[in-house]
Amino acid sequence: MGIEVRAVTKRFGDFTALSDVDLSVPSGELTALLGPSGGGKSTLLRIIGGLEDQDAGSIEIDGVDASRVPAQRRNVGFVFQHYAAFKHLTVFRNVAFGLEIRRRPKDEIRRRVGELLELVHLEQFADRLPSQLSGGQRQRMALARALATEPRVLLLDEPFGALDAQVRKELRDWLRRLHDEMHVTTLFVTHDREEALEVSDRLVVINAGRIEQVGSPTELYDKPANDFVMGFLGPVTQLDGRLVRPHDIDIFSEPAGGAVRSTVVRLQRIGFEVRAELDAGGSRPWVQLTRGQAESLGIETGRTVWLRAAAGASTLAAPLAEPIALATALAG
Amino acid sequence: MVRVLPGPPAVDAPAVRPRRGRGRGRRWLLRSVAVLYIGILVALPLALVFQRTIADGAGAFWDAISAPDAVHAFVITAQIALIAVAINTVFGLGVALLLARYRFAGRRLFNLLLDIPVSVSPIVVGLALVLVYGPTQGWFGPRLSDAGVQVIFALPGMVLATCFVTLPLVVREIVPVLQEEGLDQDVAARSLGANSWQRFGRVTLPTIRWALAYGVVLSLARAIGEYGAVRVVSGDVIGQTQTATLRVGDLAEQGEPGAYQISLVLVLFAILCIVGISLLRPKEKKS
Repeated sequence: MGIEVRAVTKRFGDFTALSDVDLSVPSGELTALLGPSGGGKSTLLRIIGGLEDQDAGSIEIDGVDASRVPAQRRNVGFVFQHYAAFKHLTVFRNVAFGLEIRRRPKDEIRRRVGELLELVHLEQFADRLPSQLSGGQRQRMALARALATEPRVLLLDEPFGALDAQVRKELRDWLRRLHDEMHVTTLFVTHDREEALEVSDRLVVINAGRIEQVGSPTELYDKPANDFVMGFLGPVTQLDGRLVRPHDIDIFSEPAGGAVRSTVVRLQRIGFEVRAELDAGGSRPWVQLTRGQAESLGIETGRTVWLRAAAGASTLAAPLAEPIALATALAG
Repeated sequence: MVRVLPGPPAVDAPAVRPRRGRGRGRRWLLRSVAVLYIGILVALPLALVFQRTIADGAGAFWDAISAPDAVHAFVITAQIALIAVAINTVFGLGVALLLARYRFAGRRLFNLLLDIPVSVSPIVVGLALVLVYGPTQGWFGPRLSDAGVQVIFALPGMVLATCFVTLPLVVREIVPVLQEEGLDQDVAARSLGANSWQRFGRVTLPTIRWALAYGVVLSLARAIGEYGAVRVVSGDVIGQTQTATLRVGDLAEQGEPGAYQISLVLVLFAILCIVGISLLRPKEKKS
């Protein structure tokens, strides 16, 4: 049950957007497709929704082969980054659209749309046009519209991408709560790792047309399968030939077993966080500390300290090529 | 003591204030030149048509427009305009959708061809149609003629000529709107279960309705005013293939009364069209 993607390949001319992708999305869960732009995550979502045809492979939704079913008969709810609101229709008519297409009786439509508008807190805006709503309100309307036909699967393509940070945060929490109430199988695409880590039950990291890793947010953060996943899900630095998270490094003011002698090169304070850049001979790791930790250790520029990966920290062998710049750039 | 602080500058104050004195003089001059130009070119000649019609009196006006041949000319003009505009609306919608939503080989050439009707002289259009459909020497006119279909010197040819000259008007109004809106709403409608006809009727048509209305009004005005192409293909037979514009031309040439009166009716209709357009314009901007 849920969604089964089998051996899906998609090319646009010479560019391979998806290459032999297999994925199973469990029923009722909220799954995030996370990856850099152009990695193929939106293409995969559009293929599942029937808005794009795969070159090879199959899609199964709730145990039924949907590979060649046109979008309008897949019964999939779609939410787009730029809302795709019907500009000439009121909020009510926008939400009612799918029900009107299905020729449901008038009072059923009125009741169902009323419920949905209440759910997305837009009941007092029923008679407005989309142009009279804010971005966040428009996206909530789009979500109600997608839910109206009781789709088997809800697909969201960068749903909060066009909104400003504050609204994005609110809507994200709200989507999580909404999903906990409705339990519709949901797949959403994002390039924002914080969003993915915070909202999803399961995380699928996609890069260059392939799936890098699938698992719970904690699993992926703590046990990344490779340096790409590690770098994409959080900050990474290099210590003693290994990749490690900068908050997983212990600092000692005296020599300790296995610790690397280094010199503090630069200190930067960002709110509650202190970033220490060090010279460890062969590499230049940076360490993330709280203000309290930095003060109790008495760290200052020019001081000699000893660094060691914290016990239980996940580390990966650093690839030969310098990965830090790339990983940090992608994570940012 | 209370000090009055200067308020913050108004946000919407223009960055550069129009200069007084010289600036105002220049503006006044420009405006006068523009008004004079439009006046000499458009307003004065049209005003004289009004003046001539009024000078001839109401009786002459009624006689001129109610003469059987005049009535026939108005009827045939309306017939041609309505048929041609209907054809071009349907065709224009199709072509606009094709141009705005699909990339195909020869798309740019097709796009250029669409503009030919407005750049080529209508007389040439008429002659070209005679070459193709002419009953004796035409390219496949004789075959049509044998089958009992008369195109040239009959209504079909006049409709054809009018279609030709009004061809791009609807298309050129709709395409920019379609391009601006993109396919987002269409895709959303598809995901909500709408088939292509439902998407066209419920999403595309409402989106372009004002542009379409504007294009239709423009085509109608142009169709009624057409002279050159229709003159060549119609043969201009009084009481049969003579349109209102052709009748104005004939009467004026022969110095017979009635030309100004019929002209006035055509001008009034054109004004009606312009008023219609100006009523549509702001709505088009808003939506």
